[in-house]
Amino acid sequence: MTADIKQKQQSKYSFEQTTGMILAGLILVFVIVGLFYTPYDPDAINAALKNHPPTLLHPFGTDYLGRDILSRVMVGTKATFFISLLTVLIGGGIGTIIGAVTGYLGGFIDELLMRINDGVTAFPSILLALILVGVIGPGKYNIILALSIIFIPSFARIMRSEFLVQRELDYVRNAKLMGAGIFRIIFVHILPNTKNVLLPAFAIGFNNAVLAEAGMSYLSLGVQPPDASLGRMLSESQSYLLGAPWLAIIPGIVIIVMVLGFGLLGRTWGSN
Amino acid sequence: MKKSKFFLLALVISVVLCGCGSRKEGDNKTQEKESNSQTQTEGSGEDSSTETKVYGGSVIVGITQDLDSLDPHKAVAAGTEEVLFNIYEGLVKPDRDGNLVPAVAESYTMSEDGTIYTFSLRENIKFHDGTSVTAEDVIYSIKRCAGLLETSDPEVITVSALSCIKEVEALKGEGQKDQIQITLNEPNTELICYFTCAIVPEHIKDLEQNPIGTGPFRFVSYTPLQKFVIEKNKDYYLEGVPYLDEVTFKISANTDSAFLELSAGGIDIFPYLTSEQANQIPDTFEVKTGTMNLVQGLFLNNKKAPFDQKQVRQALFYAIDAKQILEMVGGGAGNIIRTNMFSSFSKYYNTQLDMTYSYNIEKAKELLKQAGYPDGFSFTIQVPSNYQYHIDTAQVIVEQLKQVGITAKIQLIEWSSWLSDVYKARNYEATIVGLDANLAPSDVLKRYCSKASNNFLNYENSEFDEVFAKAVATISDEEKVTFYKDLQRILNEDAASVYLQDPPLLVAVNKKLSGYTFYPVYVQDMATVYYKNAQ
Repeated sequence: MTADIKQKQQSKYSFEQTTGMILAGLILVFVIVGLFYTPYDPDAINAALKNHPPTLLHPFGTDYLGRDILSRVMVGTKATFFISLLTVLIGGGIGTIIGAVTGYLGGFIDELLMRINDGVTAFPSILLALILVGVIGPGKYNIILALSIIFIPSFARIMRSEFLVQRELDYVRNAKLMGAGIFRIIFVHILPNTKNVLLPAFAIGFNNAVLAEAGMSYLSLGVQPPDASLGRMLSESQSYLLGAPWLAIIPGIVIIVMVLGFGLLGRTWGSN
Repeated sequence: MKKSKFFLLALVISVVLCGCGSRKEGDNKTQEKESNSQTQTEGSGEDSSTETKVYGGSVIVGITQDLDSLDPHKAVAAGTEEVLFNIYEGLVKPDRDGNLVPAVAESYTMSEDGTIYTFSLRENIKFHDGTSVTAEDVIYSIKRCAGLLETSDPEVITVSALSCIKEVEALKGEGQKDQIQITLNEPNTELICYFTCAIVPEHIKDLEQNPIGTGPFRFVSYTPLQKFVIEKNKDYYLEGVPYLDEVTFKISANTDSAFLELSAGGIDIFPYLTSEQANQIPDTFEVKTGTMNLVQGLFLNNKKAPFDQKQVRQALFYAIDAKQILEMVGGGAGNIIRTNMFSSFSKYYNTQLDMTYSYNIEKAKELLKQAGYPDGFSFTIQVPSNYQYHIDTAQVIVEQLKQVGITAKIQLIEWSSWLSDVYKARNYEATIVGLDANLAPSDVLKRYCSKASNNFLNYENSEFDEVFAKAVATISDEEKVTFYKDLQRILNEDAASVYLQDPPLLVAVNKKLSGYTFYPVYVQDMATVYYKNAQ
């Protein structure tokens, strides 16, 4: 019976897809459970348990202030996940709209917005984020804002080229002839047809956001201590690399799983 | 990196590090032998009496900051000053007890009213290029430091405390030794500690390429971001030192890479170990523990509610367990302090305060209730983001304050913003930093005067101002000590801030070496280091 189901699944999904779903599912479970329950208070310090290797009570060990790493990874994954998700939704959303409008309309607006876009792209993104955070200050919500702005140009560019192609196709001409409004054409007719490009772009964007959040928190510009995020945990672990490697390995593995899982999912969305 | 940047506090809050333990020469403490009491040696069972000092050999010292200038009057980073200490000397220099001992000057006297200082130069003292040190060189150096030269080099960092100098002149008696007389505009009995400023030869105009001083070592080469090499000064005026032929300061990118290099045997002495690294140190090294001479504390803005109430500040004092912070963050080393003074500055340190404010949650709650905050309150702690030590301290404090219902939030802030927003604009509620080690007692405590420009705590107490004025004005050493101890008591009683600790300084030293000395100022003195004879 179980073998039967497995058989069916394998025929339905590719290996990449299965792996991607399992890994992404793992992270989602982690995040959802982390919303309601952690084994310990993730911020509670304990002098007796400093840098304790993994045990049954603390399956991922404890960190340099004696905090339970499993609990911290759970809330940290949650923080990183939501920051990345919001970043990619806001940044990707605005980028998509800009790309769609400029790609469809062309002309002066296209020139103007795309040159601004070029300007933003020409700046090294992490440097830009550093400057933005420097201006608006560090913090969980500010980092979402800063990263979103950085994510706009790449989405705009991808969607623009896609819309340039689509607007010349027959179904768009038909819609125009039938008198559909410009917004209806862009969002109802063309946008769904770009999903083969759009979905992978969001998946890749999400992954980049995970790495960017980790990077920013590593530079102590993102999530503020004692709150956990995967990047913060990595940053705090660096002086204990030799003596207590699990401090770095655990959040590192979670980042890999997250990026790999959503990356694989994104690839399969693209090929469908 | 983070650990080493910790020392940069010393850089900005005040530039001059100096020792001022004793005002009269020859007044060294009798227990000089025990002066390394803050130095505990771990893991070494050897009897020091059997070892013989070997001359020669070379040593590699790991440092984590590049040097900002080889010109002693242009260097601002504490990390540069610690290295240049081996090359340059002032008229006087600090010893390991914090006393000032004669260096370029052989002796000095101060007039009764504290307006005239007279230095007698040492005979036959030579710069590293072989020329003799003349009175003109000394006058030039002092004037350069004080910004009194007619054509001053804009890059020279002038010492503001020396600006009260009216005149520097040479007294040339018949057949007598050269004497330098310095006249001040106003009496200042504590100015002597600023005469540690380096004496440089007037004829060398490119000190940055060609650093020449009078110290126990002379400059060999400097490769930016790589190494700084010095060799023994054979003509050093003190017999018997230095022992080593050559010392290389190797510049590593951060403490982690320096530690890796140390484990591989590429570094013999490394002064900025983290407590975690100290636990992992290879067998061939021993760890020596000193103190950083910083006052680390949770500094409160005394003008911002609720910290404008004394009870609230005292409640914080009771609610924060400094001992736990020491264990969690400092690996158990370090000294708990309860007032704004370094424990190593023993002459002025008020030991009676050590037992005050022991951890007591009930008392804290009661004080909060009296102040009108029975359910606690919330506030933000601004922590400079480049000091992991302070960030970790903050995390422990946040947890401890939860016990009394106070919600503290941490906000990491860049060092430059810390300086502008917290230190200069005083726009903050609480912050955690380490205040640096200027060993003139007046400088340590001056920031608490109501009108002081660096009073970033907005502390105001007329009694403090009065006693401080008396302490500075008196010329009696005994009275001075009493006054300064009294000032510390006032700060402690008022709970001007929550004083935590003088953080530990952990130094890894190769077991083949001996003689590494801790100073109450921030220097790496290589003149006292020597190789032990194997048998």
